[in-house]
This record gives sequence, structure tokens and C-alpha cells, in this order.
Amino acid sequence: MSEKQSNGNPGNEPGSDKSGGDKHDTPMLDQLEPGPWPSFVSGIKRLRDEHPSDRVNDMANDLLGQLEHSYQTRKGYWKGGTVSVYGYGGGIIPRFSEVGDMFPKSREFHTLRVQPPAGNHYSTDVLRSLADSWEKHGSGLVTFHGQTGNIMFIGATTENTQHFFDEINEYGFDLGGAGPCVRTAMSCVGSSRCEMSCANEHKVHRSLVNNFTDDVHRPALPYKFKFKVSGCPNDCMNSIERADFAVIGTWRDDMKVDQDAFKEYVGRKGRQHVVDNIITRCPTNSLSLKDDDSIEVDNRNCVRCMHCLNVVPAAFSPGDDKGISILIGGKRTLKIGDLFGTVIVPFMRLETEEDYERLVEIAEETIDFFAENALEHERTGEMIERIGLVNFLEGIGVDVDPNMISHPRESSYVRTDTWDDEAAKWFERRAGVDDAGDKKESAVAGGGAA
Amino acid sequence: MSGAVAKPARKKMREAIESGCPDGMQYLHPVMLRNFGQWVNHTHPRPGVLCHIAASGEKIWTVRAGTQRILDVFTLRILCDIGDQFADGHVRFTIRSNIEYMVDAEEKVEPLIEALTEAGFIVGGTQNSVAMISHTQGWLHCDIPGTDASGIVKSMMDELVHEFTNAEMPNRVHITTSCCQINCGGQGDIAINIQHTKPPKINHDLVANVCERPSVVARCPVAAIRPAMVNGKPSLEVDEKKCICCGACYPPCPPMQINDPEHSKLAVWVGGNHSNARSKPSFQKLVAAGIPNNPPRWPEATAVVKKILYAYKEDAKDWERINDWIDRIGWPRFFEITDLPFTKFHIDNWRGSRKSLNSSSHIRF
Repeated sequence: MSEKQSNGNPGNEPGSDKSGGDKHDTPMLDQLEPGPWPSFVSGIKRLRDEHPSDRVNDMANDLLGQLEHSYQTRKGYWKGGTVSVYGYGGGIIPRFSEVGDMFPKSREFHTLRVQPPAGNHYSTDVLRSLADSWEKHGSGLVTFHGQTGNIMFIGATTENTQHFFDEINEYGFDLGGAGPCVRTAMSCVGSSRCEMSCANEHKVHRSLVNNFTDDVHRPALPYKFKFKVSGCPNDCMNSIERADFAVIGTWRDDMKVDQDAFKEYVGRKGRQHVVDNIITRCPTNSLSLKDDDSIEVDNRNCVRCMHCLNVVPAAFSPGDDKGISILIGGKRTLKIGDLFGTVIVPFMRLETEEDYERLVEIAEETIDFFAENALEHERTGEMIERIGLVNFLEGIGVDVDPNMISHPRESSYVRTDTWDDEAAKWFERRAGVDDAGDKKESAVAGGGAA
Repeated sequence: MSGAVAKPARKKMREAIESGCPDGMQYLHPVMLRNFGQWVNHTHPRPGVLCHIAASGEKIWTVRAGTQRILDVFTLRILCDIGDQFADGHVRFTIRSNIEYMVDAEEKVEPLIEALTEAGFIVGGTQNSVAMISHTQGWLHCDIPGTDASGIVKSMMDELVHEFTNAEMPNRVHITTSCCQINCGGQGDIAINIQHTKPPKINHDLVANVCERPSVVARCPVAAIRPAMVNGKPSLEVDEKKCICCGACYPPCPPMQINDPEHSKLAVWVGGNHSNARSKPSFQKLVAAGIPNNPPRWPEATAVVKKILYAYKEDAKDWERINDWIDRIGWPRFFEITDLPFTKFHIDNWRGSRKSLNSSSHIRF
């Protein structure tokens, strides 16, 4: 099989190909074939030269022709449009060529966004099924995965989007989101392979996004809405920066320390290394190296940053009282600049089905409020900035919590004539938490009394 | 679930099964399924390989390999063949489009690495390496790109392959590329993004028919677009003194062409970090602009990236990400040791930017 890899092969191989038509010259793209990294150009050429289907050969040839034209002129030549499958309004990125007369066989080159299994796990069997279906109906080019998290099946005619979808939908795959809708969600490898995981990411991911399939398939929101799920604060899914609704696994009790493993690490690496790489890197100065090479942790001031766990996973582990934090409103530049998500739920447990129902309920409240209050093309974070966090919290029925802020307000321009009422609410909530010995079965609990 | 009722169609259409996100559990390696949520530790036996250890004592080895991301079905089947012959038939893809093979015995690791290497894939990308560059669609498939993504990534990874296959960086380095300022590539320790430098060129003949003009006016971050009659046709005009050349008007109104073969440049940003480790997550900051958008191999952009990367490799302490490193050494030193010019464009000037100014006497000399 490896002889098919033609990395470093700079030219076409006359005689070895089966396509009869004229091949476009690709002098610039050819320069992306040599070098150690696998070449996407070589891959597209294989489809042009070696695939048994003439349709695939011709599509690949004209795609290369148009891409070379882009490289020569430094411009893109794809335009959007409206394409979907029967019953859906989204899930496909339509692409019609502006230079279709020059490259007619790739004139329609739509991408189908398909939701991957949670955690991006596959068997080789299911990947082969997808490859078989895709070469039957599409270009044979696919990406695992696009930046929103979808499997991107790149290159199908309008008619074939339906046929391809019908085929893969029969064996369990469904389209993702495109346009102003709930988008395909993402979750990390998490519990399936990572000791840092504090949540069942698969279940959180599917509980959330599969509750909104109608909002995924039929774009009717002001703008996109993304869920991302990371099992720990390392946030491998970039959820705080990229998701409207970020779920981050965390824990509330003391982190676990294996002192023997830690002492072994100190013995192996030396005290200087431990001071420089662990003790002084703790953002809240919560670690102390003792004279006997054990470590003391000030758990009340640990902010679960993960650094010491990352450095010595053998010695440090998340605690047992696990759950999640929810941050809402992350997004990239357009229109008002980058926004991080803001803590909306500092901690909630996810143990019982009721806990998951409460999670979904918070998402529903958020999306409903977003749908009713955001301006066209305004993301959730932009809406919150425009109306203020407190209005958003009142809209979704979540109480204020000091974990939501970096610091209290600095501007005195605020009207406070209902101060006493608001203070009473605070004491009432605190009393509720304390009475229940901090085990209040409200799914949403503040972090204050832990 | 939706109960969307289909309208009677002329010909019988198949009803979609709205199954949504498939269950990943069905594809898990049996060792991972058995030990789900019960992992206690991991080691990094060599770059590109992770070994995770469960409370039960069972272990799973992961071999990670970089690919070209835009996969043809031949390449996908080669990856599957390798998975069947040398691994246990279970794979996953990372957020940066690397493929991962999971195997249940240490002796399966080396033959798997050999098979991947022989087939042209690059094993690496774990821990403190330069990870695969996350990238976007570009000229290959996007409707608004100022550049290509796959080509830039291929060109850079060719030059950074040593840093992918060796874990020699102070901490992991995530590089991203984006073909417009929407920045689908996301935040990165180093980001290479299009930065337009001229206002859109408007085809006034098409605006009225193609664009929903009020939406386009509303899309502009600086209110530089207003409705206008041009040559007797309803169109839009741009106040070029206000225009920040962001290109936000181009997606809803393709006749407002923002991409320019010469004036769409590349900019490099650093210090974006999504992790909560040590410091809170951070956004990337502009460090270099005006870099030519120079296909097919973009040598000028790669040179800037390497300059930053090797300054970081040389100067940062272990575990410092690029943002941590700059927080420690300060921005003046960053510009000094990378030999990049500091200009007026580095000083942010929108209303929320006051927090980015130094309001103290904390100055390094």
C-alpha cells in the first residue's frame, strides 16, 4: 500500500494514470508535493489519476485546475448558495464555482458537514463505510474534522448531497449545523482515556446537542450557537474561547495527592526542579514543599488550574466530588472583538439523570433567551455584553455569584436603591446552602461554602 | 427531537432520521471501554506515543500521527489498513486532525510507528512539541478566503517537522492559520492570519441584486458603510477613512470584494492559550503584519514563525507557554529578541483597550 504514497513525487506520471482527459497544469501546486509532511496535492492527484471512477477523476482534475488558478491569481472562486437535503435547512456548505466554465466538473462542490461520534472515536470499519459511500457520491476528499468539529465531506453536486446523506444516515450519521443554528458540538477524549477527566464528556455532549436536533437542522436562531465539552480545565476543546456554551469538568473537594509518588518525583528530579517547575508556578501560591519532600496543598485556594497535575500526573489527581463549570458567551472576532465565556454556573454535579436534565434546561433557557433577545448576527456573548450580565442572568433564572466576576465594579455610576432586597436574597441563598450542609440537592450550587 | 412534518412532495423523498451526534462508545477500544472514567496516570514513552494507565492496572498505548488533513479516500484507506494490520482497529482524531491509534500492548507500538512512517505519515505532536497546525479551508473550499490554508500548513510543517517529531519545546505550541479575519483557525500560541489592508472594492452593478443592504450596513464594526445611489442604482458606499479593512461586509455582500492579490497580507499573532493551566485563558496579540501572501510556499510567513518559535525555545522556562513566557519577560524584550519592529499598530485603540496600556511604573530595563 505504501507505494501509493507519492510524497516527494514532483510531477505527473504519464502512462501510469487512467484518465483520458487533459490534465490541468499545476506548476504552483506541484511545489506543495515535495517535503516530509504528507501532501494534500498528491492526494488530490491520486483521485485524478488512480481512482476507478471517471467522475471522481474529472472532479479532482478540475478542482486542481481551479485551485491552481487561485494560487496564480491569489483569489478564491467559490460562492455560497442554498443547498440542503430533504426536510433540513442546513448542514451543507454550498459551493458553486465562479469559474465553472473553465472547470465544469467541479462546478458544484458542496461540503456536507456530518456530526462525528462524541470524542471523535471511530472503528476502521466505519471509516471504510464512509469512504465507500463518499467515493460513490462525492469527490473522495474528506477531513476529520473541520474547525467546528464536523467530518467535512468536501465536494458533492447538489443532487448527490441527498444521495450521500441518505446512505450514511441509514447507518447512523446525521448532518451537523451550518448557518444561524445550534452547531455540531465537540468533546475531548476525556473519560475514555484521560486521567484528568472529571465528567462523562460523551454523555454531556450528546445530552446537549441531541436535545436540539431541530435547532441544528433548521437554522432559525439569530446566529450560530456552539457547545463544547472539556473534561478538565486544560480545556483541550478550546471551549472558553470558542463556544457559546462551554462545559468544563472540575472538582470541588480536595485534590488527591499520592505523597509517595511525589517524593519519588522529588528524589528523581531534585528539589530545585520541583520549586522552579511546580511550587512557584502555582497561580495562587497554594503549594508548599515540606522538609521531608512531601507536599502540602492549600485546597481552599486551589483554583483547579491543572498545572501541578499536568507536571506530575502520578502524584496529583482530581478529587472525588466531581462536576462541571459552565461558561457562556465565548466567540472570536466578529463583530465586537474576541470574548471569553463567563462563568454562569460555578459548579454542578452530573450524577443523576435529574442533574443532566438540569444541564439541558440551562441550555434551553439560554438558547430561548438568545433566540428572543439577540440581534441578527449577534452571538450570545455579544448579546450579554450589550444588555449586561445581570439582565442575562435574570432572563435565564440564574442567581448572581461572585465566581462570575474577576472583581466587583469599579464605576460608581449605578443605581442601588434596591440594595437591601438584593442583600436579603444573598443571605437567604447562603442560609439554604448552609442548612443543607453544603449538600443541597439544587443542581446549581455556589462554590462559596466548599 | 423534532417532529418536523414533511409537506407532500412530488416524488417520494426519504425522511431523514434525525439521529444527531452518534454514540462514540460503540467505537471505543475494549480496554478504553472497560476502564472508562477509571484512568489514573499517563506517561510519555517517546514523542508521538502516550501510555495511559487505569486503576485496574490495564494500559493503553496511543500512537499519534500527522496527516495532510485533506484526506483522499486512498489515504484514508491506507490509514485504515495500518489500523487493522498493526493496531487494534480503533482510531480517533484529535482536535488538530492528527490520527491516533490505540493498542493494548507495548510490543505493538514500534511496528505501528514503522508502518506509519513507511507510508509517509509523521509520528509526533504530543506534549511539548509543535503540534499540527490547525487550519481552515482557504482557496480549496471557502467562499471568502484571502489565502489558502492547506498550502501554508504543508509549507510550514515541512520546515517544522523536527519540532513535531521531537518534544524539545518548553511546553506545547499550538499554531493556527486563518484565511480571513473571522479566524476559524482559532486562538493559537502562534497564529498566521490574513490581514486586509485596503477597503473593499465595490461592484455597484451587483449590490442591489445580491446584497440585503441593511444587513450589510449593520455588519460593519465601525459603521463605515451607508446606503447610496451610485450611477442611478441603489448600492452601498464605504467611508474609507473609517474603514478598518476587516472584511466583515464581504460574506453578506460578495460584490464588496475585500480580497486583493497584493494588499491582502498575512499577520502573525502570539500568546493565544485556551488552557486554564497556570494563568487564565488568553487571547493572541498582534506582533507582525504586512507579510506577503506568497503562494505556493509562503517563505516570509514561515520565517517570522520560526524566528518567534526559536526565540521561545531558547529563552522560555520549562512549562511556559508562549503567553506565560512573554508575561515573564515583557513585551519590550519580546520585540527585542525576536527582532520584530514595534509600531503604532501594536497599540490597540478601541474603547475597551485601556486595560492593555501600562498604567504603572513597572518597566524592565
